[in-house]
Amino acid sequence: MTRSERSSIPGWRRFIESRFDREFLQKIQALPTRQNEYGYDPFGFHRDEAIAGIYLAHLMYRYYFRAEVAGVENVPRGRALLISNHSGQLPFDGLVIGASMLFAKDPPRIVRSMIDHFVPTLPYVGATLTRWGQIIGTPENCRHLLNDEEVIVVFPEGARGVSKPFSKRYQLQEFGMGFMRLALETNTPIVPVAVIGAEEQAPCFNIKPLARLMGIPAFPMMPFPPFFPAVPLPTKYRVYFGEAMYFAGDPDQDDEELRPAVTQVRNTIQSMIHLGLKARKHVFW
Amino acid sequence: MADAKQRIVITGIAGRLGRLLAKRLHRTGTLEIIGIDRRPFEDKPADVVHKRVDIRSKRTRDVFRTQPISALVHLGLMHDPRRSNRTHHQWNVVGTQHLLEYCMHFRVPKVIVVSSTSVYGPRPENPQFLTEDSPLLAAQDDPGALSLVEADMLASSFFWKYREGETVILRPVHILGQVANAASNYLRMDRIPVLMGYDPMMQVIHEADVVEAVCAALEPGVRGIYNVVGPGEVPISVLIREAGRPTFPIPHLAAPFVAKLFWNLGLAPFRGTELNHLRYVCMVDGSRAREELGFRATRTIKEAVHAALDDTY
Repeated sequence: MTRSERSSIPGWRRFIESRFDREFLQKIQALPTRQNEYGYDPFGFHRDEAIAGIYLAHLMYRYYFRAEVAGVENVPRGRALLISNHSGQLPFDGLVIGASMLFAKDPPRIVRSMIDHFVPTLPYVGATLTRWGQIIGTPENCRHLLNDEEVIVVFPEGARGVSKPFSKRYQLQEFGMGFMRLALETNTPIVPVAVIGAEEQAPCFNIKPLARLMGIPAFPMMPFPPFFPAVPLPTKYRVYFGEAMYFAGDPDQDDEELRPAVTQVRNTIQSMIHLGLKARKHVFW
Repeated sequence: MADAKQRIVITGIAGRLGRLLAKRLHRTGTLEIIGIDRRPFEDKPADVVHKRVDIRSKRTRDVFRTQPISALVHLGLMHDPRRSNRTHHQWNVVGTQHLLEYCMHFRVPKVIVVSSTSVYGPRPENPQFLTEDSPLLAAQDDPGALSLVEADMLASSFFWKYREGETVILRPVHILGQVANAASNYLRMDRIPVLMGYDPMMQVIHEADVVEAVCAALEPGVRGIYNVVGPGEVPISVLIREAGRPTFPIPHLAAPFVAKLFWNLGLAPFRGTELNHLRYVCMVDGSRAREELGFRATRTIKEAVHAALDDTY
């Protein structure tokens, strides 16, 4: 890199790049994503700008949640759907899964996760997440990315999972069927993922009348300051990647016919959660 | 286009795209070109016939009545914020309806309507790449787009109604060049307004590539609706940087008022109803045109942006 090229890099990026070793940065540069002559992929992901997100993920993953990762080698090459439990009021489990694919896997993979439809309406947030590789959660987008051999994380519990109260921790909520149709349609292996620790990061109870009044799925509240689950507790994360599962069949069949396969994935994740809970000694370390 | 002396009618021929298309088709030498436009057509090739009539008038019908026409290319949709909604409706909806009626009545074997991908509308819920089957929702947030959506829908229903002919609807992405459309006008502004905190991905296409797409659609056997995409996708900030213009950031909550103020003062070429294009994606999947028309844009994003600015790039 010449001097003039170097000085055109903004200060924040030079700082972040100095925090990573050269080898890791080279691997990031070699991430298998498509990009055009301006460095953007069709969904707006840009490696140089994503380094800020990667750094944030690194800090949360290594120093805040001190994540332990097992089985990341189970994620096959090429397209894959990571199916995980979802919890903790704020989607830090998605962040840590993404981070473990970057820092625990060699070569690293960038995980594309789905963001909600309202996110693009927020200034700065939507634009930044797009640069970091996040995509709007529509089936068309998933299909497109899987056909481009990318890795996608899907939480079939959706909002039911992320907003569930503390009393329901580690109990998987009902699974949606969309991920299975997607897997069958694009012939994608499913990797079950169990995240331990996220379910205690924001111990909330749900004030149902308020939720109903405001027309939102849940109104979570913590029994101690800051009351709103804005900052997660520094629980210790343990992320387990199970063996890839392959399914075949007609993606357009009825929900009832798909249910056995979905239940199989759900049960696998549930038993991985049980094993993980049994193995850990403490919530915070 | 193999048969000798086919007659092609082009509406909006005096516009930039019409002139480019007329010259491009004229070069083939085997076509007789008849243009319909009430505007003057400077530097017109000598044997191109230019009828200075309004597409809404009865004299347009005479063009179809007096001679057999082998194709209509309808480029004459109007999108000019300085004209009223009423004029837009009359021109785009009533005008298009009349043209399609003439085509059906006088058995024109090929009808091409050039719409745009703006008819899908920029929305936060949009998938990154809309297909041709996506609903046309532009008028939901931008009433100014209503007549364009209606014209596109008229053409789509004509496609089903008139099965003995071949109807093609082309929906190109933002066309850049010397055309006087919203996207090119936007990049030609001295200070380009942007919304703070928003930077949606965008597709653009060089005007000459659109002309090539129309030519591909003129081939016999081609019918259907096609999204026409350019060389790739970039954030709007990259287009502005490529244009080398300073930006004028506005908080999005204030933007409708600022835009209206500037419009009323005559300082901006936009009414401010199109602001969602600066916030949300409205990109399309161009694979159908690639596979069935064999169409691929050959000009780069850089060339397209500089074509709009008309600098010496």
